[in-house]
Amino acid sequence: MAQDDRPLSPHLQVYRPQFTSVLSILHRMTGVALGFGALGLVAWLAALAAGPDAFAVAQGAARSWLGCLVLVGFTWALFYHLCNGIRHLFWDAGMGFELETARLTGYGVVAASFLLTALAWLAGLLGSGGAS
Amino acid sequence: MSGQHNLRSGLGQVRGLGSAKEGAAHWWAQRLTAIALVPLVFWFVASLAGLWGASHGEVVAWMRGPVAPVMLIALLVAGLHHLQLGMQVVIEDYVHSEAAKWTLVIAIKLGAALAALIGTIAVLRVAFGT
Repeated sequence: MAQDDRPLSPHLQVYRPQFTSVLSILHRMTGVALGFGALGLVAWLAALAAGPDAFAVAQGAARSWLGCLVLVGFTWALFYHLCNGIRHLFWDAGMGFELETARLTGYGVVAASFLLTALAWLAGLLGSGGAS
Repeated sequence: MSGQHNLRSGLGQVRGLGSAKEGAAHWWAQRLTAIALVPLVFWFVASLAGLWGASHGEVVAWMRGPVAPVMLIALLVAGLHHLQLGMQVVIEDYVHSEAAKWTLVIAIKLGAALAALIGTIAVLRVAFGT
């Protein structure tokens, strides 16, 4: 094989996916997705600054069924990346490397990401019903 | 690779190319912004949940409070800095053509800075608007 064609890390194709490796790649995928979420936030802020008309367009898009679906996706991606990021910070501190611990914290991260997403939307939908 | 017929030492050839010196700063900035983003993201999601269904006037009133502009600008700066650092690593891992890699890395860094600037100015315009 010519030197230029050698695979560079992370050479994912040769590995059978495991629970922990799937969580690892999900961290990257949610991170990349959240980049688009950040653009959405900036657009929302720009619309707010532009005035009520532009803001109404932004809110209309956010509250359409497709907008809600995308926002639920972003909420989950955000909480998954946040929780798994905390897991990474513990690894950085040298904690939680044992296989069993890494597996358990992985389950914890997945459970927490769904729980926090549900909580955020419950609070948003119930709260707005009472507030306005 | 042309190592054997090059009169420069091995160290001389790689100096400035690798992660030595700058890698630790990149790693550290990624972690520091990550730690900052934990409370910022919880505040952000809780705030947006509270604002679901709010009118333009209500969101503007919220933005003129003492907390929201500070937290939002902190979120934009820490978040977009964290994003461009992470995206740089992803690009460096998966894009192996030098031209495409550097084009993307530069684009993501400038794009993140521009997004942070647009978002920050939007927040300030609303917060200090009349």
